[in-house]
Amino acid sequence: MSKPKVNSSFKPPSGYNEMFFGASNGVGILPTVNSGFRTFHPEFDYERCIKCMFCWIYCPEGCIDKTGKELTIDMDYCKGCGICAHECPRKCIAMVKDGGLDE
Amino acid sequence: MSEKAFISANEAAAHGVRLAKPHVVSAYPITPQTTLVEKLADFLAEGKADYKYMMVESEHSAMASALGASMMGARAFTASSSQGLLYMCEMLSYVSGARHPIVMVDANRSTATPWNIYGDHRDALSMRDSGWIMLFVENGQEALDTVIQAYRIAEDPEVMTPVMVNLDGFTLTHTYDMVDIPNQSTVDEYLPGFTTTNKFDLKDPKTLCQTVGPDYHAECRYLQQKAFEAAKQKIEEADREYGSIVGRHYNGMVEEYRCDDADVVLVTMGSVTGTARVVADLLRQNGKKAGLIKIRSYRPFPKEYFAGIKDRFKAIGVVDRSISFGFEGTVFSEVKSCLYGSNTKLANYIVGLGGRDVTKTVISEMYLKLFDLMQGKNGGEEIQFLGMRWE
Repeated sequence: MSKPKVNSSFKPPSGYNEMFFGASNGVGILPTVNSGFRTFHPEFDYERCIKCMFCWIYCPEGCIDKTGKELTIDMDYCKGCGICAHECPRKCIAMVKDGGLDE
Repeated sequence: MSEKAFISANEAAAHGVRLAKPHVVSAYPITPQTTLVEKLADFLAEGKADYKYMMVESEHSAMASALGASMMGARAFTASSSQGLLYMCEMLSYVSGARHPIVMVDANRSTATPWNIYGDHRDALSMRDSGWIMLFVENGQEALDTVIQAYRIAEDPEVMTPVMVNLDGFTLTHTYDMVDIPNQSTVDEYLPGFTTTNKFDLKDPKTLCQTVGPDYHAECRYLQQKAFEAAKQKIEEADREYGSIVGRHYNGMVEEYRCDDADVVLVTMGSVTGTARVVADLLRQNGKKAGLIKIRSYRPFPKEYFAGIKDRFKAIGVVDRSISFGFEGTVFSEVKSCLYGSNTKLANYIVGLGGRDVTKTVISEMYLKLFDLMQGKNGGEEIQFLGMRWE
């Protein structure tokens, strides 16, 4: 995935002398994960997935990674919209409530 | 070295723009501003300038293009008026909040409806809180000089705020006067080239119109306010240094005329000032102690100056070419708030709306009312429309 990772060394301005100028700022800074309002997240059943790539095409966040052996989801960006699960022709993506016992 | 020319204030302002050597001019016509951008096109055709001249499809695009140019580190210019200014309103605050030092000319004109193409201050004053520095000029010469000064002020690292130079529609924009045009080398000595880090750069990628939520937004606005406070000093300095290099200056933010021993003064802004000077002179010849205060910088407002004249005069009248309906003249409100706690008697005269002439007779009437007020006679209501068709 080419999306920026959370920059854990990012420090917000601590005074007027460190404030950004006008409305300008550096790019590619991700101070926190970008998935704030997610309630459900997708989980693959890899036994049934045929890598048809429907989910990859439909994901509005572009956060499904196809570079590995299996499709994976970047949970720093997934908003939990469920479009991947809805579009999956094999119905092999389940929407699971966040904050389960295993998390 | 300089040359004299008999030209309109629009043409004079165009010479100011040419001499400031912007990289980009975005142009869209509107009466009474059109002859300014037309003149800028002439300069290009005659080989006297080498800016990129962008013909855009609207005033909104004119300001958006100027913003885009400024984001590439270019010095940019545009001009508009009235409905055009209102249409570019959205972009005005884009430019000021992102701190791009664009200079524009507004040829002051009434706003519709009733439809009217003539001069008053309704257009500019309705943009009061757009975050632009707003300067008003008295004549063509001051238009030329102020456009050049405007770049110096706008691009100052402590200011980095756009400047709107205001010329009264027709009274100035289409009226011919003798203007002294400085030569390029003199202006180059005064106005250095524009350099900024607030621009797109492949080596230092950045976003220039980011979202800033509640967590840092107030701090951004605080810094804009600081920039305006800093601009007060910079406007004075820019004018003073212009005087020492070019040979003309306008007393910075505010000018006093025959105020030293004055009993009553009028506060004016724009072309009305010239007529008021003549009337003050006539009154002085008759032994009446009349003075005049010309506001040159409306934003930042010369608050400290007005706070400093609290009890200096017996009566102060403020001439407004605009009114905030349901309250009072726009400039009057500001002068009055600076004079808080003063015993000076105040009056507000609303004149010159939609291009109605502000004659010597009308200005004499204001002074006479102020002398009445000073002597405790009935000077009339606090807010008065003068020169009206009917009483």
